[in-house]
Amino acid sequence: LNIRLAHLYPRQMNIYGDRGNIICLRRRSALRDISLDVTELDIGDPFDAEAYDLVFIGGAQDQEQKRVADDLRVVKAKGLRTAAENNAVVLAVCGGYQLMGRYYREAGGTELPGLALLDIVTVHPGPDTRRFIGNVVAERDGETIVGFENHGGRTYLGKKADALARIVSGFGNNGKDGTEGAVYRNVFGTYLHGSLLPKNPRFADHLIGLALGRRFPGVQLRPLDDIVETSAHQEAVRLATKRKLIPFGG
Amino acid sequence: MTAAVAAAKAAARLSRTLRTGGGTALPGLVAERLDPGIVPELAQKLGRGSVLVTGTNGKTTTSRLLTNIAVAAGLRPVANREGSNMMRGVAAALAEAANWAGELPNWIRRVGVFEVDEATMPIVERAVRPRAIVFTNLFRDQLDRYGEVDTVAALWREAVSGFGGEVTLVLNADDPAVASLQEAARGPVILFGMESVASAGTRPDHAADARWCPRCGEELDYKWLSYAHIGNWSCPGCGNSRTPPDIAGRVVQETPNGSQIEITTRSGVITATLPLSGLYNVYNAMAAAGGGLALGASVAEVEKGLAGFTAAFGRQERFQVAGRNVEIILAKNPAGLNQVLRTITADGGPMDIVFLLNDRIADGQDISWIWDVDLELLSGRLRSLTVSGTRAWDMALRLKYAGLSDAPAVEEDAARALRAAIDKTPGGGTLYVIPTYTAMLDVRNIVGRWAGKGSFWQRDGN
Repeated sequence: LNIRLAHLYPRQMNIYGDRGNIICLRRRSALRDISLDVTELDIGDPFDAEAYDLVFIGGAQDQEQKRVADDLRVVKAKGLRTAAENNAVVLAVCGGYQLMGRYYREAGGTELPGLALLDIVTVHPGPDTRRFIGNVVAERDGETIVGFENHGGRTYLGKKADALARIVSGFGNNGKDGTEGAVYRNVFGTYLHGSLLPKNPRFADHLIGLALGRRFPGVQLRPLDDIVETSAHQEAVRLATKRKLIPFGG
Repeated sequence: MTAAVAAAKAAARLSRTLRTGGGTALPGLVAERLDPGIVPELAQKLGRGSVLVTGTNGKTTTSRLLTNIAVAAGLRPVANREGSNMMRGVAAALAEAANWAGELPNWIRRVGVFEVDEATMPIVERAVRPRAIVFTNLFRDQLDRYGEVDTVAALWREAVSGFGGEVTLVLNADDPAVASLQEAARGPVILFGMESVASAGTRPDHAADARWCPRCGEELDYKWLSYAHIGNWSCPGCGNSRTPPDIAGRVVQETPNGSQIEITTRSGVITATLPLSGLYNVYNAMAAAGGGLALGASVAEVEKGLAGFTAAFGRQERFQVAGRNVEIILAKNPAGLNQVLRTITADGGPMDIVFLLNDRIADGQDISWIWDVDLELLSGRLRSLTVSGTRAWDMALRLKYAGLSDAPAVEEDAARALRAAIDKTPGGGTLYVIPTYTAMLDVRNIVGRWAGKGSFWQRDGN
């Protein structure tokens, strides 16, 4: 058994510890005798729509994000769209999440077109508005998801995107409508760092199951000993809901 | 102003008595509140001017080394205390050095050595009007607080272009983000860097932050790398490349307790044995040497200053507790922790380690960065592993996914964690204590008490 993972722009989109998601997917797969075959795709590398079951893209600095946005549109758009329509699993975090949307409108008003895999738009309300920074607890199908958000852009869902989760504590997509992240088919976008998957092992297994199911339907994932994962998760819930975060310079 | 100085002195005494944070920040806050002009006014009375030390990592050690060099050069440094590196820390140090009349006794030989927070540097520069500013390096640190690395780089560039021609910049030639500040400089520039690094690779690791050309944005090439994105860089895009440094360091020999180094300068060669290991400390020594030379110290005085150095607290500081060597090594961001791990794994043998991960404001509330650290380096090297701090379970999880232990021992209380870790360390062995910033302050007090040493504010004064 194997899962073929494409890690998009690992050298540009790497500043928030999102690499932990891949470490997590690899270990949780390996413990079930599933190998995770990771291909790193940089700027200029083509995206073969048939070659991957799972695609990961993390967050970056603004400068890096622009270069990546161009490459996504010019080099990888067609392959990625085809893969997504064929139910490939995509996990996009923060800056990567924004790039999966229709556009990102910068503080100055310039629109950076995205891939439009998700029916979302992101708007930066201006340099003097506060960044959304802090621990997040959200709820998805009756379970909590925990992480850390740090973003200036506000994301709004269109008709064809569902929220990934509902905010319990924190800001989420835009600080107003109580949504966090977006989902379309097997494309998952989220603002949550942390890293996200290690502390949310059920969600990690959900993604592994979906990715594996494309070529190996009916395989059951053996439950793992998740005592440390669950403790870290519960501790994060406790910290986020107990502590009122003091925004810095906000 | 005398009222402000008096109030600051009273506040320092009071907060020391009450033991609120070693009396470091409050007096400065009081003095500044009473008289916002206190810093510019007192700073201009320093007969030998001042030097600022800024950058992500190494500020405290570099400042301490530079203070030593100043003493060796016959000067009387005024230095802010570690961790108090905003304007109020500078105000507190100056108020403490002043007498009740608001004058600096012995002013002719007084020199300011101030470590300054990266984002606060431009404000302190305007208040202090330093002779020189030392920039150690620029890494990702506390993204929840500073914003992006690019934000700090842009802030520095803008500040530097506004400095007068009398300010000497001491810059890390091997850090492209720091070295590029020479383009904006209007005064003299002193560059420091390694002569060469033998064993390092040429590809930055995944935690490297500034691997892009500061001029054109292309990905940089490296002839050799010291660590992270620090090395002999060049840009295949625009031809921009490292300028050969004026102060060039070389490691003669690494020992478990430090390194023997040789620093070549335009005015002679400096040899020193540092009680600190790791390449990052060689950079700190070079940065301090640059600051010392900018102040007019001789090569012999720099050498003497480096030789008499003892570790700044919490930075490879060593204690004896119950027959074990307890070594405290602060690590607060990916570049720092990676360097610490490389340094402590340099010799073979099984290791006992306790990690303390806090997420208080001064640590940065986002602990995602631990996933960018190569904790896998510890694979097969651990005898015992203990985790503590407000985010102990996150650290335990990281260590589990690094394959180091399926169930690391978690003890959120620092004192209990340290006691347990010392128990697990065999007699005569070394326990490495690796805390984030606020955890280091706790650890330093607990271990200091156990080792029978005084608390830091009694020992670390100046």
